Amino acid sequence: MAHWIEPHPTGIYVRPADAWIDPSVPRDRALVTHGHADHARGGHGHVWATRETLAIMALRYGTASGTPVGYGEEIALGGVTIRYVPAGHVLGSAQIVLTHAGERVVVTGDYKRRPDPTCLPFEPVPCDILVTEATFGLPVFRHPDTGSEIDRLIAALHANPDRSVLVGAYALGKAQRVICELRARGHNDPIYLHGAMERMCNLYVELGVEMGDLRPATGVAAKDMRGAIIVAPPSALNDRWSRRLPDPITAMASGWMRVRQRARQKNVELPLILSDHADWDELTDTIREVAPTETWITHGREEALLHWCMTHQIRARALALVGRDDEEEEG
Amino acid sequence: MRPFSQLLDALVYTRSRNGKLALIAAYLRAAPDPDRGWALAALTGNLDLKAVKSSAIGEMIRARVDPVLYEMSRDYVGDLAETVALLWPPPPGEPPDLDDGTLTLATVVDRLHATSRAAAPDALAQMMDQLDASGRFALLKLATGGLRVGISARLAKTGFAQAFGLDVDDVEQVWHALSPPYTALFDWAEGRAARPDPAGTPFFRPFMLAHPLEADSVDLADYAAEWKWDGIRIQIVGTGSETRLYSRAGDDISASFPEIAAAFTGHAVLDGELLVRGEFQGGEAAASFNALQQRLGRKLVSARMQTDYPAFVRLYDLLLEGDEDLRALPWAQRRARLEAYMPHLDATRFDLSAIIDAADFDALADIRAGARDAAIEGVMLKRRDSPYVAGRKAALWYKWKRDPLTADCVMMYAQRGHGKRSSFYSDYTFGCWTADGELHPVGKAYSGFTDEELKWLDRFVRQNTVARFGPVREVEKTLVLEVAFDSIHDSKRHKSGLAMRFPRIARIRRDKPSAEADTVEGLRKLVR
Repeated sequence: MAHWIEPHPTGIYVRPADAWIDPSVPRDRALVTHGHADHARGGHGHVWATRETLAIMALRYGTASGTPVGYGEEIALGGVTIRYVPAGHVLGSAQIVLTHAGERVVVTGDYKRRPDPTCLPFEPVPCDILVTEATFGLPVFRHPDTGSEIDRLIAALHANPDRSVLVGAYALGKAQRVICELRARGHNDPIYLHGAMERMCNLYVELGVEMGDLRPATGVAAKDMRGAIIVAPPSALNDRWSRRLPDPITAMASGWMRVRQRARQKNVELPLILSDHADWDELTDTIREVAPTETWITHGREEALLHWCMTHQIRARALALVGRDDEEEEG
Repeated sequence: MRPFSQLLDALVYTRSRNGKLALIAAYLRAAPDPDRGWALAALTGNLDLKAVKSSAIGEMIRARVDPVLYEMSRDYVGDLAETVALLWPPPPGEPPDLDDGTLTLATVVDRLHATSRAAAPDALAQMMDQLDASGRFALLKLATGGLRVGISARLAKTGFAQAFGLDVDDVEQVWHALSPPYTALFDWAEGRAARPDPAGTPFFRPFMLAHPLEADSVDLADYAAEWKWDGIRIQIVGTGSETRLYSRAGDDISASFPEIAAAFTGHAVLDGELLVRGEFQGGEAAASFNALQQRLGRKLVSARMQTDYPAFVRLYDLLLEGDEDLRALPWAQRRARLEAYMPHLDATRFDLSAIIDAADFDALADIRAGARDAAIEGVMLKRRDSPYVAGRKAALWYKWKRDPLTADCVMMYAQRGHGKRSSFYSDYTFGCWTADGELHPVGKAYSGFTDEELKWLDRFVRQNTVARFGPVREVEKTLVLEVAFDSIHDSKRHKSGLAMRFPRIARIRRDKPSAEADTVEGLRKLVR
């Protein structure tokens, strides 16, 4: 079935279009689902992606030659009809829907089903082959309600007016989502940013995502950040950089925080279970909803999802793509 | 249940001792009776429930979740209680993670107390349905007996003392006169009742402990030397009518060593080392720790056990004689009182730890180096004028352990650790060469390395895996680990017929070809 689409360790090759989806090595023609580094690499000849993803790639890798593809717009490449559909993962993220020879293949890229104020919601597309992620493909991963996690963050802030809360969040997507969710819960104080966050946040603002009063943490006296939230990449949490902050409570926003010892390993005091990936229920519900004849699993805890498919009479295979699932940072 | 489960969660994530104390104190001040008393019992390890077996919990979850998915989840998470707490499906028609607050800690404890072992799984399941993920985790930890949140009984008691502005040693004194849920303790702490009177009960006194010797020498005019015996520290508390035995942590272990408790009918408090008489030493001397291990952790002891592994206590100190508290006296005077007390004791169960007679420190070093008794762990140095004080006080007592043995071994298998290390391959099985050129496992170690070395070892394992057996990875036999260990014994546990005591990774020998690692034959020569 669908021998026109071939999984390789370095990406998915769409033969009639002579194009690769999210290739991990430079290719002449690349279809990119979203801007995270394990999906969008630099050095491709020509890239097809959403306008937002191209802007993110330009910011990260310098100018790249690319064709913007609007959500819902259809393009044709070598007899394959290609459509980008919102994936709900981060700003600009898309599922790639490919139709050829009467068959429809949906490559989800990374996705989630929960509302995210920074991007359009996931749209389920019925298909013959679903190529899905499985980052949180274990039934222990069941993300709680976003609002209650944000409330815990705000409560910690109010309970410690002389301290600050340092939130570790992935620089693309998670950081901006945390900020927007805080604003939605009525937290309108200035939020301070680690230097590595600034450019991406500026780009989000340029692309129309409102985030309120954001300020660089650099150069601000510690006493002026008492009672404030500071957002930094996870790698900066236990870094010397954080010594400039007033007695910070270390928080981290990630789906991995669901597992206690994971949070402890990161020296996190306030784990916030906030993920940009589908949890177990979302993964399995989505497979049921789009009802593919066959499911391909790209990366994550694929064994468990594979087993689930098997016990639900769904044909499935694991693709074992290289370089995906950057557990440390994303999630 | 929620205040308690959130306390446990916060304790897991809080690094600083002061932070933990503040959390415990805040909880104990705010929570109602008797919830907080049960919480204090749980934190100090004094909550004695009819423990539900892990296997019963495994069965409960297998009945509710696909067993394959459960196994995968458990392998990933590492901890049984946490895996089950996270996996537990909500009751039909209910949203997940709902804690309506109706189930209090006291109710949970009452139900677990009241249930029979056979009915426990159903009772537990019913309560699981009423809790959120943290509550389920706390419940399972209580039900399986053992919270393991990195809190010592002492820290919990310090938290209690801090909550009510008391002195922790004062709390310690009255502690063993009380039992959960400690209503009398809270009544005293909050000024509603008089201080509970511990007199007449055989309660525990905190042990005096030693620092490792770091100086090059001490003056034997100031310090007396004594062997450090390789058993377990024990405190014998007799009131004349009742005798109890306490371990170092203050646990009552009388039931594990009934022959010792029965042999002491005096009114005194003694400090000594619990040992097992060894047949290899002609039944006279103490056997190695290996023999004692046969007796540890048993709730009931058969007559056969008592005959095969006869226990006795080698005495170090006398804390109280009758009602007279000797702890403030200098060590030399207490020692004289102890020697004078010896004739009152049953000589088959009690002997005196001898003082090592050495002219000076160099002579002592020679004696220590020549000691080959399997039950000797090193030398203790005690200031002759030291009072008996709780805990480790600088410059009073030192322990001077024997230098460890070492061997160069080859890493064979690695397994992911538990707890904080659940994502790291941190438990290593290593082997030595046989005459036929095969590697046979000789031990397993999961300590001794730095955090940086652990990261390196974890990467080595991931990059050099040749086979996987569930959670275990077999690696290329190329990495030499220098393993330090206290002693080595015959054992059926490993194919090599040897087992090390307290093995740890001393060094990673990236420079050494694996063919040059030690042989099983060479290791066998170190067995004593």
